[in-house]
Amino acid sequence: MHDMSAHAAEHHAPTSFIRQHVFSLDHKVIGKQYYGLALVAVLVGMVLSWLMRIHLAWTNYPIPGLHLLSANGAPGNVMTPEYYLQLMTMHATIMVFFVLTTAPFAAFGNYFLPIQVGAEDMPFPHFNMMSFWVTFVGFLVLMSSFFVSDGPTLGGWTQYAPLSAIGSASGPGQGTGVVLWATAICIFCIGQLLGSLNFITTTLDMRTKGMSMWRLPLSAWAWFITSVMGLTAFAVLMPATILLILDHVAGTSFFVPSGLVLNDQLQPHSGGSTLLWQHLFWFFGHPEVYIAIVPGMGIVSHILITNMRRPMLSHRVLVYSMGALAVLSYMVYGHHMFLSGMNPVSSLAFSFPTLVITIPSTIIVLIWMGSIYGSKLRINTASLFALGFVSMFISGGVSGFFLAQPSIDIMLHATYFVVGHFHLVMAVAAIFGIFGGTYFWFPKMFGRMMNETLGKVHFWLTFVGAYCIFMPFHYLGIAGNVRRYQAFVDDYLQPLIPVHRFITIAALLTGAAQLIFLYNLFHSRFWGKPATGNPWEATSLEWSTPTTPPPHNNFGDKLPEVFHDPYQYGVESSTGDYVMQASPEKVKSAHDEA
Amino acid sequence: MAKIFAVTIIVIAILSAIPILRHTWDPPADISTHGARIDEQMSETMAEAGISFLASQILLALFIWKFANTRPEDKIKTFPGGAKAVIWAAFLLVGTEVLALGVFGVKAWADVYFTPPAANAIPVQVQAGQFAFYFRYPGPDGTFGPLHPDLISEANANFFGLDTSHDQDSKDDIVTAEMAIPVNREIHLLMHAKDVGHSFYVPALRVQQDFVPGLDLSLHFTATQIGKYEIVCTQLCGLGHYNMKAYLEVMSQEDYDSWLKKQAALQ
Amino acid sequence: MATTVPEPPKIEERRDPPRLGIDSGNGGRRNLVPAGGDLRSVKDYAPPPASTGIWVVLASITMTFAAFTSALIVRQGSALDWRHLSLPRILFFNTLLLLASSITLEVARRQVGSFMSGRRDAVANPARWLYITLFLGLSFVAGQYVAWLQLRAQGLFLATNPNSSFFYVLTAAHALHVLGGLGGLMRVISRFKRSILRKSTLDATSLYWHFMDVLWVYLLLLLWIKL
Repeated sequence: MHDMSAHAAEHHAPTSFIRQHVFSLDHKVIGKQYYGLALVAVLVGMVLSWLMRIHLAWTNYPIPGLHLLSANGAPGNVMTPEYYLQLMTMHATIMVFFVLTTAPFAAFGNYFLPIQVGAEDMPFPHFNMMSFWVTFVGFLVLMSSFFVSDGPTLGGWTQYAPLSAIGSASGPGQGTGVVLWATAICIFCIGQLLGSLNFITTTLDMRTKGMSMWRLPLSAWAWFITSVMGLTAFAVLMPATILLILDHVAGTSFFVPSGLVLNDQLQPHSGGSTLLWQHLFWFFGHPEVYIAIVPGMGIVSHILITNMRRPMLSHRVLVYSMGALAVLSYMVYGHHMFLSGMNPVSSLAFSFPTLVITIPSTIIVLIWMGSIYGSKLRINTASLFALGFVSMFISGGVSGFFLAQPSIDIMLHATYFVVGHFHLVMAVAAIFGIFGGTYFWFPKMFGRMMNETLGKVHFWLTFVGAYCIFMPFHYLGIAGNVRRYQAFVDDYLQPLIPVHRFITIAALLTGAAQLIFLYNLFHSRFWGKPATGNPWEATSLEWSTPTTPPPHNNFGDKLPEVFHDPYQYGVESSTGDYVMQASPEKVKSAHDEA
Repeated sequence: MAKIFAVTIIVIAILSAIPILRHTWDPPADISTHGARIDEQMSETMAEAGISFLASQILLALFIWKFANTRPEDKIKTFPGGAKAVIWAAFLLVGTEVLALGVFGVKAWADVYFTPPAANAIPVQVQAGQFAFYFRYPGPDGTFGPLHPDLISEANANFFGLDTSHDQDSKDDIVTAEMAIPVNREIHLLMHAKDVGHSFYVPALRVQQDFVPGLDLSLHFTATQIGKYEIVCTQLCGLGHYNMKAYLEVMSQEDYDSWLKKQAALQ
Repeated sequence: MATTVPEPPKIEERRDPPRLGIDSGNGGRRNLVPAGGDLRSVKDYAPPPASTGIWVVLASITMTFAAFTSALIVRQGSALDWRHLSLPRILFFNTLLLLASSITLEVARRQVGSFMSGRRDAVANPARWLYITLFLGLSFVAGQYVAWLQLRAQGLFLATNPNSSFFYVLTAAHALHVLGGLGGLMRVISRFKRSILRKSTLDATSLYWHFMDVLWVYLLLLLWIKL
């Protein structure tokens, strides 16, 4: 039930520029703001990756202009070892938090979840607005670490103690840089918890008449499941970062044991537990990677169904599988710690759920493939990215078979094999979900179509390019190429340097191809072909809005009433081969919920 | 476009498989006694993963090829067996296979972690610190002297913080920057971290283990081939992480004995 | 403390401003005549979002303190530097304050609730009990600060030993959340005064407050047993 007078304030669309575009309570604006943040973040993260890759391929060569970015980090334009690690840490932190958690979940979810359930907005719009601005402040705090004298932290996005906790004696950036990093992440967690609050209550309480849980589109289910994961995961990372900050600024020893000597100085800490940080971090960290991928699975399912003109082989099995992934994700986190010094029995204990989690993942992929069978597949940029997601997820998922086994992890831990695995599933598959969502929902968000030709060129270059970049990572890993090295000086690594050069060139070319996407995005925003309200002939509620883009309260005078399951495709109807969820028309050959 | 996409997927899948099949970039040959099981796990997993990878990518490509070019009058078909078939396939083809791998892998893991070191294993202590490995041999008395972190001094080359003037056991300890071991003798490696987290990795020896500050960890292994190998650090430890390595020399027993004598004289 | 009597209660069920047919979400009371289709598994009424939302909030707070708890347990086991400290006596008094505030809040909640639904036995000034709760809550926070001062007098600071570290961290984290609860209570009072308080807001805020109580008792036991 809404507070009637607060409601009145929301219903009358805001008129001032600030209220409309800056401090907006409208979930659609908030969604676009998140998308903008993710866009800026991904560009920064991508440039960082270019710098890293160039340095790895041509280690002692000067990179023109680099000293402008950091005089300390690149004297004479040659990147120092510490600066490489600092760029690497920032690359990963920005990408995982501000792109992969933000875009598929916070951006698209904020925009489309309320519409897909048939609501006017989320139930706590002030908290929603706060969640964006808090996240934004987190981003600023993180970026500010580039501008402190010692530079950003160099401890990796995983920030293992004691390197992260012991202070500036352990390296450049390990003083203020770590504190800024931990503060930024703590702030980010708060922002995401506020977001989860809204997502969960929207899904449970704001569904319109006729919208049962099983009538929710798969993207809505994915956002809901993700938000439940976020609730528990971010709520654990936040205290961990607080304890880390205290170890830095308050002299506590949560994570730093006694007897440590740096630069011939005995450190004053005592009694802390190094592994405690790893347990807390990975308890968050593993669900986090599912938070990064599950919305993509929902978005891809949604796009595929529309473009296959038929519902999935089993809607419910997909939902249950995504739910199973979420539940299992908490039980597997120790697979990041097989060789960490924890009890080797625990390693075995964690490896079994990790192996079991392949089952729901496989079910999801096979359901997708089994649904393509016998469908009437339409090829457009959105569906290409969705299909590309499936291919990438298969590739990335299969390398998981290796990493799930502790005995094999002895060979592959901390090598490029791991880097290849997570880049394929996160950096590529999840990004493909974001791209697919963009091409698919752009017409609804902006009333214009994106350019299909440019979209397809973007797809081809990215698809082939991404494989060229990340498939070789696995070979490097098998050969024992250790990760997080700024240069390859070991004898056994010398023969692998040509592979790194190939990867770097592929990365630069693929990165350049993203400019096509950027151009398409901005050009279409203002000059794209005007779109109809339902250009994809889709069924879910976002395509039933009275205007495109949707009006301030999404549905105008009257909230829709839902009469059908979300994916009535392949049926005979007055509109063609589909019946929209909000259409009272009876379905002639109904697809029952499987 | 669908057909080109399908062909591209298949081409990429096959191209990806080629370096694996041709063993272009393999791990170095195994020189350990416990590594055979690990290598076997690796090949079996590679076979299973490889088949799953190729089969699913090819199937995806075939479906895209076939069903993106339907005519308007074609009806929508359901995959034979429907969702049930998919679930069975997932459990049988993938689930049981990976779980089998897991079960067989327990033995490989147990060989490393659940067997105690032999009674006559040679104890060697390795200390990891920013950014070097140092090694300590117990000397003729067979015992290691106690460590005093407050005495550690790089400047005085007292890497371990030994107090040779007061601790009897430390007097004959041998500290080296290289690790030498005799071939076919079991080594009991005692791992100590001086400052932050590090890791000990020798690919040929099929050994990798993190150093954990505050925890005394140990490993045991036996090298079966004479040669010179690199020990590299794999746990991010600071700016010198990339450069943190030491050489492991596996020697004949006689060469090892004379090496040890020479090192003792240098203390 | 207000001496004016708030306006006659606006009874939510009957308040249905003409709104050009705009519905206010599934939670609103509306005329729900099915349109002739079959509405499988559709409830006509969804709980107000605040009552779902508060459980979401409580779940995440629980996870946060679970993380702190596991950090404490692991930290205790990881070294031999655990030095038992005696809990400042005032903590027990503070606990009583907090428990009392829960009781007064319950009284307030029922009185405000019956006032809002216009029952004849409603008390004239139910906000009084809200103010008392607020006062007790503030006293609790002040008492916690005194506990800190007492600990400091013993020479136990944040970084002195792990026990003291956890003491400060856990009590500070709890106190921060209590301050948030106080903010929520003030919001409830303000809305009540302006006659725009929703029952669900009142209930959610009360539930949060009671949870702070339960959480505190848990923390006190944890501190007592472990520290």
